[in-house]
Amino acid sequence: MANSTLTKQRSEARRSSVALKSAMAVTGAILVLFLIAHMYGNLNVFAGQETFDNYSHHLRELGEPMLPHEGFLWIMRVVLLAAILIHIYSAAVLTARARKARPVRYVKHKSVQQTYASRTMRWGGVIIALYVVFHILHLTTNTIAPGGKSDSPYERLVNGFAPEYWYVTLIYVAAVVLVGMHVRHGIWSACATLGLNREGRRRTINAIAIAIAAVITVGFLLPPFSVLLGLVG
Amino acid sequence: MNITLRVWRQKGKADEGRMVTYKVEDVSPDMSFLEMLDVLNEKLTLAGEDPVAFDHDCREGICGACGVVINGVAHGPETTTTCQLHMRSFSDGDEITIEPWRAGAFPVVKDLVVDRGSFDRIIQAGGYISAPTGTAPDAHATPVPKADADRAFDAATCIGCGACVAACPNASGMLFTAAKVTHLGSLPQGQPEREARVIKMINQHDEEGFGGCTNIGECAAVCPKGIPLDTIAQLNRDLLGSLASSKAE
Repeated sequence: MANSTLTKQRSEARRSSVALKSAMAVTGAILVLFLIAHMYGNLNVFAGQETFDNYSHHLRELGEPMLPHEGFLWIMRVVLLAAILIHIYSAAVLTARARKARPVRYVKHKSVQQTYASRTMRWGGVIIALYVVFHILHLTTNTIAPGGKSDSPYERLVNGFAPEYWYVTLIYVAAVVLVGMHVRHGIWSACATLGLNREGRRRTINAIAIAIAAVITVGFLLPPFSVLLGLVG
Repeated sequence: MNITLRVWRQKGKADEGRMVTYKVEDVSPDMSFLEMLDVLNEKLTLAGEDPVAFDHDCREGICGACGVVINGVAHGPETTTTCQLHMRSFSDGDEITIEPWRAGAFPVVKDLVVDRGSFDRIIQAGGYISAPTGTAPDAHATPVPKADADRAFDAATCIGCGACVAACPNASGMLFTAAKVTHLGSLPQGQPEREARVIKMINQHDEEGFGGCTNIGECAAVCPKGIPLDTIAQLNRDLLGSLASSKAE
């Protein structure tokens, strides 16, 4: 009897808030790794149109002939989509539980030490998700093409972030800054959720989280700003 | 000191409740916060009004009975229990807002008193060790490394006041649960039930309607006993290990 109880309890615990958070931590880590790879790809813009367009082209040929054309890219897209869906689903369930956990709000509430990054995880995440849809329509499918459509990824970038479309750049900057903050608290939180945090490692984990967030933010902001300032064109 | 209080008044569980303003005059800076409330209650009683109900017991910061949200912060401006907070932390003419702990798992019984029975049920789910009682074993019968003993003791200082839940943006009871999991999980006596304990306690925690932890750290910042935030990481580690394990008991 005792045995069945624990087995039952264990399957119940797989739906616990800690289990959902772990799913968010793992999928978040996959997305951070993708961001770093994506950032590296973007930085190829400084090597000129040929290199940049070749990089994009090679992504489609990666793994050939072991994989079909665009095979690697589609595997990555499926993995990323799954990661995003699991991440958003878990976040939605946890947010709903948190809202329910405090039915009556405080008349007066003061936070003692929470960071801006940690406070903006939920709405920031929603805004990032909306931005990703716009981003794919803009630069991947080129459905939205400020400055004109092109088959060359380099030209799409240069056209899209041209000074006359400053609002596209503005939206991009806002999204990248949000991503940076999301990653900053996300890495810290994921480490805690996966049980890596210890009091003695707090500074190190925070420093790593800030460093990765800063590199991602700056790395993604460099290309559009270079286009805006006419350094790339 | 003259103080203006805005206090949450609620007649019972079914009552809607509202903020009521009171003036308290001639408050000594050396009074504790609860003594200031005693002065208010004497005044209310003499006027034939219902005194403000609040929980308290030892009034020396070790029992965990007292606790209200003062100006939006659990236990108020000092990192201590409400009974150990003194009026010298405020200034003459201040307006002070006093509210009960706000969480679905802590329903208001009356005014500032909440029912923290959910904490008891989390402890009942696994916050213990099963050992035959009898004469106390020799102190050196089971060696415990000093670092483990210190860690267990730090976690064991939790008095279950509920400030962590009150301060948490998600009304999560994770720091409380983690303190107990860390306390017992750090000691040799707690090992046989370690895997089952964390699973049962987390399930009870979620069943009581507490939210999940988002590692923001408000809980540890207001904890009067300084329970470290990394106990939550230890709880997570133990839970993930338990979920991966196939041990039946």
